[in-house]
Amino acid sequence: MNDILQYFLLLPLLGFVISLLIPEAKEKTISWTAFGTVFIQLIGLVIFIFIWIFQGGDDLNLKEITFLKTANYEFFIDFYFDKISAVYLFVGALLTSMITTYSRYYLHREKGYKRFFNTVLFFFFGYNLAILSGNFETLFIGWEIIGISSFLLIAFYRERYLPVKNAFKVFSIYRIGDVGLILTMWASHHLFHENITFMKLNNYELVNEHLQSHSLIGVFIALSLACAAAAKSAQIPFSSWLPRAMEGPTPSSAIFYGSLSVHLGVFLMLRTYPFWEHQTSMRIAIGLMGLVTSVAASLMARVQSSVKSQVAYSSISQIGIIFIEIALGLETLALIHFAGNAFLRTYQLLVSPSVVSYLIRDQFYNFQPKENKTTFFFPKKIENTLYILALKEFNLESFQNLILWKPLKTIGKTLDFLNINRVYYFFVPLYVLGFLAYKFKLNLPVQLISILPELFAFIGLVFVFKSFSERKSPFLAWILIVLNHFWIALAIVFNEKVSVSEILVYLAGIVIAGIIGYVALLKLKKMEMRILINQYLGHIYEHPSFAFFFLLATLGITGFPITTTFIGEDLIFSHIGSNQVFLAFFVSSSFIVSGIAGIRIYARLFLGPHVKTYHELPYKSS
Amino acid sequence: MKTHNGSFDEHAVLHHLAHFLPAQNPLKDFVHHNTLHAFQHKNFHKALQEATTIFGYKTYLSLEDFRQRYANSEINEKVLDKILIESKGQSNLDLWKEKLIHQNYDESINPRIGSLRSHWKKEYAINLEKSTHSILFRVLCSYLDQGIAMWNFPIHDQGFLASIITIEKNSIKGIFTSKRAKELLNSNASITQLLEIIVGKEELFEQYLFDQQFSHPGWSGMIATIESNPSSLLDAKAITFEELVKFELLLEIDALDKKFNSNWSPLGLKVRPEEFNLFENVRYNELFDVLSLWQQAFEWSFYDQVLSNVQHVKENDSREVPTFQGLFCMDDRECSFRRHIEHFDNSAATFGTPAFFNFEFYFQPVNGKFHTKLCPAPVTPKYLIKEEYRKKKQATDLHYHKQSHSLFFGWIISQTLGFSAAFKLFLNIFKPSMSPATTASFKHLHKKSKLIIENFDIDKKEDNLQVGFSVVEMADRVEGLLKSIGLVENFSPIVYVVGHGATSINNTHYAGYDCGACCGRPSSVNAKVASFAANHIKVRELLKLRGIDIPTTTQFLPALHDTTRDEIAFYDEDTLSDINKALHQQNVITFAKALEHNAKERSRRFDTIETNESLEKVHEKVKKRSLSLFEPRPELNHATNAMCIVGRRNLSKQLFLDRRSFLNSFDYKVDPSGDYLAVILGAIAPVGGGINLEYYFSRVDNQKLGAGSKLPHNVMGLIGVANGIDGDLRPGLPSQMIEVHDPVRLLVIAEHFPDKVKYAISKNPATYEWFKNDWVKLIAIHPESKEIFVFNEEEFVVYKTVSKEAHYIKNEQELFEKTKENLPIGILTNA
Repeated sequence: MNDILQYFLLLPLLGFVISLLIPEAKEKTISWTAFGTVFIQLIGLVIFIFIWIFQGGDDLNLKEITFLKTANYEFFIDFYFDKISAVYLFVGALLTSMITTYSRYYLHREKGYKRFFNTVLFFFFGYNLAILSGNFETLFIGWEIIGISSFLLIAFYRERYLPVKNAFKVFSIYRIGDVGLILTMWASHHLFHENITFMKLNNYELVNEHLQSHSLIGVFIALSLACAAAAKSAQIPFSSWLPRAMEGPTPSSAIFYGSLSVHLGVFLMLRTYPFWEHQTSMRIAIGLMGLVTSVAASLMARVQSSVKSQVAYSSISQIGIIFIEIALGLETLALIHFAGNAFLRTYQLLVSPSVVSYLIRDQFYNFQPKENKTTFFFPKKIENTLYILALKEFNLESFQNLILWKPLKTIGKTLDFLNINRVYYFFVPLYVLGFLAYKFKLNLPVQLISILPELFAFIGLVFVFKSFSERKSPFLAWILIVLNHFWIALAIVFNEKVSVSEILVYLAGIVIAGIIGYVALLKLKKMEMRILINQYLGHIYEHPSFAFFFLLATLGITGFPITTTFIGEDLIFSHIGSNQVFLAFFVSSSFIVSGIAGIRIYARLFLGPHVKTYHELPYKSS
Repeated sequence: MKTHNGSFDEHAVLHHLAHFLPAQNPLKDFVHHNTLHAFQHKNFHKALQEATTIFGYKTYLSLEDFRQRYANSEINEKVLDKILIESKGQSNLDLWKEKLIHQNYDESINPRIGSLRSHWKKEYAINLEKSTHSILFRVLCSYLDQGIAMWNFPIHDQGFLASIITIEKNSIKGIFTSKRAKELLNSNASITQLLEIIVGKEELFEQYLFDQQFSHPGWSGMIATIESNPSSLLDAKAITFEELVKFELLLEIDALDKKFNSNWSPLGLKVRPEEFNLFENVRYNELFDVLSLWQQAFEWSFYDQVLSNVQHVKENDSREVPTFQGLFCMDDRECSFRRHIEHFDNSAATFGTPAFFNFEFYFQPVNGKFHTKLCPAPVTPKYLIKEEYRKKKQATDLHYHKQSHSLFFGWIISQTLGFSAAFKLFLNIFKPSMSPATTASFKHLHKKSKLIIENFDIDKKEDNLQVGFSVVEMADRVEGLLKSIGLVENFSPIVYVVGHGATSINNTHYAGYDCGACCGRPSSVNAKVASFAANHIKVRELLKLRGIDIPTTTQFLPALHDTTRDEIAFYDEDTLSDINKALHQQNVITFAKALEHNAKERSRRFDTIETNESLEKVHEKVKKRSLSLFEPRPELNHATNAMCIVGRRNLSKQLFLDRRSFLNSFDYKVDPSGDYLAVILGAIAPVGGGINLEYYFSRVDNQKLGAGSKLPHNVMGLIGVANGIDGDLRPGLPSQMIEVHDPVRLLVIAEHFPDKVKYAISKNPATYEWFKNDWVKLIAIHPESKEIFVFNEEEFVVYKTVSKEAHYIKNEQELFEKTKENLPIGILTNA
């Protein structure tokens, strides 16, 4: 029984790979591949779940493969199956199979037909991986795949400004959520001294024993998890990304942002519930977050005058309630609520164009003129204020801007004097100095040594900040991301247990992807002369396959699970001591921001309205 | 109050500006119109170049596209040569041919619009649009919302800005944050005053406003349209274009103050004003010369084909009484239906006319809270037709219920209806069926409905509208109808009056699928009213006095053709006499056959239907399309429309026109003076020409002049669509409607003596503009000599066709299975 689990991942992966190989013009083959993959998965799943229930419905665990093993570290892929997985997998397969059938006709003749189904299958693979994951590492891979495929789906209409801008925004929020997951992994290494599986999290004695002595880490992990879940499920203060994700073709918005993707935070909370179940303060905090979200989101839903944003906010408010349900320990109710909400919102989004004729007819026959009435307990002044606040989405956008992006840009701007040459002048001596410090660390004062890792990690972080805020040279932005990883390596190397091979695992992927990307940039510059990233350039219009390879390189340098760097990142974290909270924070932040900065380079160069105006171009406001 | 004595005239500029904005009504009243109506007073090609230079629209196909069509022989080389010789002279033929076919041109567009306002980014590094658009669109949409939001704009009965002011005064945290913006709002500062602050230099005011409004033409156009046509909103909301501009200027001041704390100087001080001259003369550009020549060659390749065939038609002048007569809409979608009817019943006769059938009125169905206009959009009727009381239940679907978005009910609904939603979706994907959300043509008028059509008391009025038509008023209209189409004798026992409508679901542009002559509604009510009038004994008496003698045995029968599903419904069949009932049964069979074949002919354009399957199967699939949630192309509407024939059916009966022609019946013998022709052409120019040009411009620039792909569209306030939630409204046609369309101007062929045609078009200056400036191409066919005259530079000149032979088609049915592309126009030998 356990062994069958892996086939539910191999199948979507296989479907995805096959779909990549089919030529663009073969609409039918492409859509049949997608539908076939998902449909077989659905049938297989139903049979599997039946047998599983029949056999007693015990939790299943499968340790798949170990990628890397050192003395005190092991990176392995693990699968886990229980009631929660069953519901999520079933809802996912059912909705995706309906959506792929739907889209077969709906996207007929649309430019990007193949791209759409590729991305959907990629998403589907990531979704299944996340749901079936048996440990945080596996979950994180699925999580990342969902993030990048979401970016690609939101930016499906890549020749327009708003989809690209919003896709980038959503991707950034997702990455913020990822900090939570990375920190969770880091802290749980220290808590459990192993790569903990979800199976073991169910073991109350084990969890409790570890938590007894390290209650602070327990709170830290629970908070990190809540942060990751809140970002993914658009809870306050992250809510405003969800309506903005509705930029792709309606079916993709319906399934991902109406249902599957947005409920992943719920999944994470359900999955880790045994871990924070006994931390009453955390349960209260998570319940409160759900409460605030559901109330605020339902206010926002009430004022929305566009169909999709209305569905988005009402979905968020229901997810808020689901968080409360989980916090109350009502797991089954939460699962039913999840499935119902997912189906309802998918359907509502799919039929959203129909509301015009439906509601106008309704209005024609049942119209009641509205009155300006004041109720006793709801003075007009409060009502107006609340209305405007809800209309402005409680200023969440500007709040995020103020807290997240503005400081980032401000710090980045302090490095405005940097250009490519100066980076080398600055970087090489400093790095050599750092390296010497490492070599002669025995001769240096202990106080200095103890802060050096933080210092180096901070320099790396500032580098990616600069990369993120760079407005001119893509070369500079690119190099800064690559160099950041070197700084992190230097910071980690101070830790005694680190071996050279581990550093190699970490940097190998970066270096290869970095070089490929740099060469690609040179080539692009040769073709297009001026490539300044102060605006979107839209070069994908003329160089689609080139853009694809550059995207791969970008994913490579940002630690996406296609190179060894991904494992390296996790490895690096295992070396950060539990007392080095700042270091952990700096390193995780620079992972996150470098991911954002990398995608930004890609987006600026290749997406958005084309700088060449010899063909039809949309308004920037559309 | 004007505080300024300078040259900037606020109202004149706003008026000028509004004229250039898209003039599309809210979705429920979607009617086609010339997208570039503001340029209509200029020659077509000149106007197109100006539109590109000033506003950045693409107005022609790309050079590459034209050259590809030339290589595929879609553009005829002989026609091209002819056009080049006519406009450039024989000696320059080779030179220009080389330019057209091989020379490289820079096709980049760098429009004048937006150039001034872009300096905000250059000089101040501020993205003003990012800070103002989102809140601007939100406030506008919430204020105008027709029924999406559960919580409506708190104040909405005082006009837009007044409501904003009230809210600002009576709230703790309002829309504006800057103190200055608030003060300016409360003091009702004029646009000129606001521009003083923002722009500073008066000579730049006009360009600044153009730049600003054209950064979101969708919303600006919608506001301007609502201002001039407030009744297009059922839930009335007062707003003016001026208020929009003021509000946006205030938002800009707010954003700038927020960022720079009022330490900023007007934009005008940072630029050189002489660089900005939006409407300065547009200079000659060879590229546009080349494009316009290509365009003409492209068009005339088609026109010439049509005209050479028209000239070769052998008329069959039978004087027999037809088995039945049918009045259809002039709509291009009825073109093939009529051909199939006449094919299966050789002696049936069909006529085309705008399907409001000359009866203009408002309609109020039972329980309806409003009136629906059922006549061409520019007409303002004085009559009201009401439905008599009957029991009526309105189908509802709880999945659309607003409470599903509220917190508590949402909680219950998502756990209950959520699961039925999955089931419903499953059903619709695998077995689409009618639902309450379907827009179905037959729902417009119930089969058993009774209407109050005749007016017995002139004083009986509702909302200043006369309820029903008096006998004389009916007679006038029937007379006008019959004389304009030339049906004044030889009446068959049954005359069908066939309206048309469409069926679709998940389609925001549904109004554009129905009858354009009825303001985007099905024309069944008009058919019923017209038939009632024509059957009325007293009306017939009056008609007899006016020279139209309709035999008492003749009965008019209303019907509705669903152009999406290819179905027909007849009304009032029980009023038929017994003899006519029997005849009707025969005709119903003819109609059914014709519908099946029509469905098959249409299906050839649909990639997802195999046209060579059996008739029933194809028809079944065609019907299924209209109910599928996931079908973005339930039908292709007016796509491929290219021409219009105004003349006797004899002229067009044998022609295979590939569903590309509007057909308006007209008999020059019945109208020797050309006055009825004037009425017909006066309607065809704005209606047919409007449809044609909207398709043209949506096709050549689907991004700026069309609505882009409909797949990501989001419904805004029930009045328009936008991409995503922060986007501007997207007027124009979505790409799914225009992708098979070839952008050629409408070729209008009128059968009358050239001097009469000239008289007919010059009667009304607004009509004349269309023809004079070449926005539609006019041809007169001499009814006796069959000679062809083309209207060129305000004169009719003889036209000799390039191809001398006609194209003969033995069996058009075989052609349908061969290609999805346009078929050649030809003469049917089996007709």
